[in-house]
Amino acid sequence: MTNKAADEYAMAATAFTVRGLSKIYGAGETEVHALRGIDLELLEGELVVLLGPSGSGKSTFLNILGGLDTPTSGSVYFRGQDITALDSGGLTRYRRDHVGFVFQFYNLIPSLTARENVALVTEIAADPLPPAEALDIVGLADRLDHFPAQLSGGEQQRVAVARAIAKKPEVLLCDEPTGALDSKTGIGVLEAIERVNQEFGTTAAIITHNAAIAGIADRVISFADGALASVHRNEQKISAAEVSW
Amino acid sequence: MSALNRKLLRDLWHIRGQALAIAVVIACGISTVVMSFGTLSSLEVTRDAYYEQQRFADVFAHLKRAPASLESEIARIGGVKRVDTRIVEAANLDVAGLDEPVLGQLISLPKRGAAKLNQIVLRRGRLPEPKRPGEVILSEPFAEAHGLSPGGHILATINGHKQRLNIVGIALSPEYIYAIGPGSLMPDDKRFGIVWMGRDAMEASFDLKSAFNNVTVSLMRATDEAQVIKRLDDLLAPWGGIGAYGREDQISHAFVANEIEELRGIGSIVPPIFLAVAAFLLNVVISRIIATERQQIGLMKAFGYSDLVVGGHYLKLVLLIASIGIILGCLAGAWLGRAVTELYTEFFRFPVLYFRLDFHVFAAAGLVSLAASGLGALGGIRAAVSLPPAVAMQPAAPTTYRRGLAGKLGLTKRLSQPTLMIMRHLGRWPFRAGLTALGISMSVAILVASLFFFDATEHMLDIYFHHGQRQDATVVFSEPRSLRAMAEIRRFPGVMATEPFRAVAVKLHHGPRSERASIAGLDSRTVLRRVLDTDLKPVSLPPTGLILSTKMAEMLDARTGQQIRIEVLEGRRPLVEVVVTAIVEEYIAAPAYMHRAALNDLMGEGRLISGVFLQVDNRYAAALYHTLKDTPAVAGVTLQTAALEAVRKTMAETLNIMMSFYVLFGSLIAFGVVYNSARVSLSERGRELASLRVLGFTRAEVSYILLGELAVLTLAALPIGCVFGVGLARLIVSNLNTELFRVPMVVTPVTFAMAMSAVIVAATVSGLIVRRRIDRFDLVAVLKTRE
Ligand SMILES: Nc1ncnc2c1ncn2[C@@H]1O[C@H](COP(=O)(O)OP(=O)(O)O)[C@@H](O)[C@H]1O
Ligand SMILES: [Mg+2]
Repeated sequence: MTNKAADEYAMAATAFTVRGLSKIYGAGETEVHALRGIDLELLEGELVVLLGPSGSGKSTFLNILGGLDTPTSGSVYFRGQDITALDSGGLTRYRRDHVGFVFQFYNLIPSLTARENVALVTEIAADPLPPAEALDIVGLADRLDHFPAQLSGGEQQRVAVARAIAKKPEVLLCDEPTGALDSKTGIGVLEAIERVNQEFGTTAAIITHNAAIAGIADRVISFADGALASVHRNEQKISAAEVSW
Repeated sequence: MSALNRKLLRDLWHIRGQALAIAVVIACGISTVVMSFGTLSSLEVTRDAYYEQQRFADVFAHLKRAPASLESEIARIGGVKRVDTRIVEAANLDVAGLDEPVLGQLISLPKRGAAKLNQIVLRRGRLPEPKRPGEVILSEPFAEAHGLSPGGHILATINGHKQRLNIVGIALSPEYIYAIGPGSLMPDDKRFGIVWMGRDAMEASFDLKSAFNNVTVSLMRATDEAQVIKRLDDLLAPWGGIGAYGREDQISHAFVANEIEELRGIGSIVPPIFLAVAAFLLNVVISRIIATERQQIGLMKAFGYSDLVVGGHYLKLVLLIASIGIILGCLAGAWLGRAVTELYTEFFRFPVLYFRLDFHVFAAAGLVSLAASGLGALGGIRAAVSLPPAVAMQPAAPTTYRRGLAGKLGLTKRLSQPTLMIMRHLGRWPFRAGLTALGISMSVAILVASLFFFDATEHMLDIYFHHGQRQDATVVFSEPRSLRAMAEIRRFPGVMATEPFRAVAVKLHHGPRSERASIAGLDSRTVLRRVLDTDLKPVSLPPTGLILSTKMAEMLDARTGQQIRIEVLEGRRPLVEVVVTAIVEEYIAAPAYMHRAALNDLMGEGRLISGVFLQVDNRYAAALYHTLKDTPAVAGVTLQTAALEAVRKTMAETLNIMMSFYVLFGSLIAFGVVYNSARVSLSERGRELASLRVLGFTRAEVSYILLGELAVLTLAALPIGCVFGVGLARLIVSNLNTELFRVPMVVTPVTFAMAMSAVIVAATVSGLIVRRRIDRFDLVAVLKTRE
């Protein structure tokens, strides 16, 4: 890391500060240490990619960051506020006001159309994009009134992305958003995430198994067995369109 | 409309079949309640209105003969509002086409205008002309039983003179809603009829010029009836009065009151049970439906919807379903209530009909259902909402299954994989399986409890008519006779055996309680008319003392060994103390017995008898009845077959109407329970089963896994349901305790079999519906979307 880069890094505002984050599932015989004391900062507007083998704790980490789960010990500060200290109502507000999610299995509401799935989120957001516009960003302008069952996997995932970005979140958390997709559709999804990151300055974290995707990140964070294996800064960041696998 | 509300409506549409089944269950519970209570209150309102309109009297008294001038004295008794005096006498009627004698009750009509009390409702024809003594009005049930109408005629033996009576009108009277002949238990419209005749004609026939032998009075509000009865008795005693009585002892009124009480007995037990079962089912099904929504709940929470909003969303869904059921139930209940009330109005021949629905009933039934579904939903919602969204959204982690006992014993090797899956699934969710089985067993139970009634009444009738009263006919003399009268009848054609009896009208007193009764004096070792103990063994009447039926003992609060004061209401009207020597179980009426000799002694008379029980050779029956009809000493003959028919008709019909509806609703609820159980299992395990199909399992194999489980649960529920059913039946039996009859606790195997088969059919049909859904699984869709 050059001096100049280090200075820049130090000067940028921190979105998340993670201290000693641990998560233990189960108890006794079946106890699983999903996270073992993680310390990390994520900067405002930064796009990070989380890599690591299956079971290394990436999803657990992201879920705690997004207020979907609570750690066993340690803290997560979002803009100086300890979200691990929030009660369930506080977490709900936090998610509602600041976070957008994209899940590996799309998790659309089957009884709602694409547009309505997006509206479900924009209806409770302060300053959202119109659902149709969000869907246009992910290239689904012509699929507004389709139900999830009438969409392909890639289209469903793009609806999920549209749903996440429509509220112009400050934080966008994506758990293997391309895991179930072929490379062409996967890249489309990544482009959408990248665009939100750049246009709205959204802090974005993307979990992937796919090392090829790492190129689009500002930083690549590798997990192994519940701990950080390495944190590496991309000097030569590429755009999603340049990715191929 | 917000996306959330849209989701609500779409989800509702998606589960419409199930929602409808749930709504139907609620609707059944509610409509039973609304119908029963609506019918009950309407019946009472209607009866009271009828009484009011026709000025049904409050106190009734019969006497030998009093001068018309006594009327004004009666009117002066404090609290008396109106007095009506008249002539009431018995006559033997001869109706074309009927061999047996028919008893007529002749009642005088006022010389002009309407009666002051107990006014008749003229249904057809006109009033008799005072100048034409042969003109009469017949009571409608009697006229209908014989197909008589104005223009026709009947023959009557009035005070020994045969006379032709021309029918000019047909009428109803609040006094004879049920017309029950002397010595009969039940109305028999073929053999006992009311005949209204002009006063002049009656005065002439019975030599009662300017006199009366029957008086009725109405009371002013808040009058002490007992006081009036006492004063009236004092006034009438010198004129041969045989004891005044209030409405409670007026046969028709008591009968109607009993019928309504019976309906209430069942109506206050069965419908709440139905509602409770529906509520329970609702609770179980809804919490399971909510459980299947776990992932969507997690998802909405992930987007930042608060627990309250998410919970409210599902609560709305549930309350929407419940409301559909409630509205359906209220509408159906009100409609049925009206229809059933109409049926009863026809049955009781009320000339008016007031249908009244209590808002309270709607409200209470609705609230119970809302609360049950709401609580069921809350339980499920709380469980789903309390999970962190990250956990809720995960496809529920593979449950840890355990090898059961069979596995450890190595028995599982013989079982196919699907069978193992069924067993492990049941073992893994014992509570859920238990609730499902409980729901199904409840449906068996309500069917048992509504069907058993038919067994019980049949059993009651069987005991009464085939074990207790085995005579073919009962002859009642117009006044007590010596045993020689029996010897004469013994010689009549077709008479195979005779047994004498003495019957005496009395008032029994024990402490502050008193009841009017008729003591039957029987011989000790009888063959035809027997008194039975609870094991149906004949009881040999002890030579002294009084034997009470359980009901009479209950009404008098008397036990064996206690003294009862007997106030005889006929003859020299002695007043004596007698010990209760035994109490016997009788399901019909509330009789009291004594040894005939003891009763004769009590009356201070010789060996007199009131009548004879006969065993009749059927081949000579017609000839015998003809002979009896022409025997002046005979006041009436009751045929046992006719009596049985009459009991069945009156008693059974009233309750049968209600019970049939209960059976119908019970079946619907049973179906709803089973269908819902199957559907919920399907949605809980849809993905798993679809995955099995993807793995190459056949439709039959996959169906077997789901339906096999349902079958196991249903089979397990059947015996439990029968046990519950017996419990409910007991509850009904203990609630059905009127002066007219009690229901024995008898549930026959047929009832169990019917209840169980109904549930098995319901399970099979539900199974087939679910099976069709499994067959149509869209495998790709299941794997693509995550519900
Ligand atoms: N709800 C849970 N209960 C028990 N163990 C869990 C649960 N969720 C995750 N784990 C365990 O925690 C570890 C980390 O899981 P996860 O964060 O999902 O890993 P990754 O996303 O990196 O594949 C794994 O060993 C996993 O089995
Ligand atoms: Mg993961």
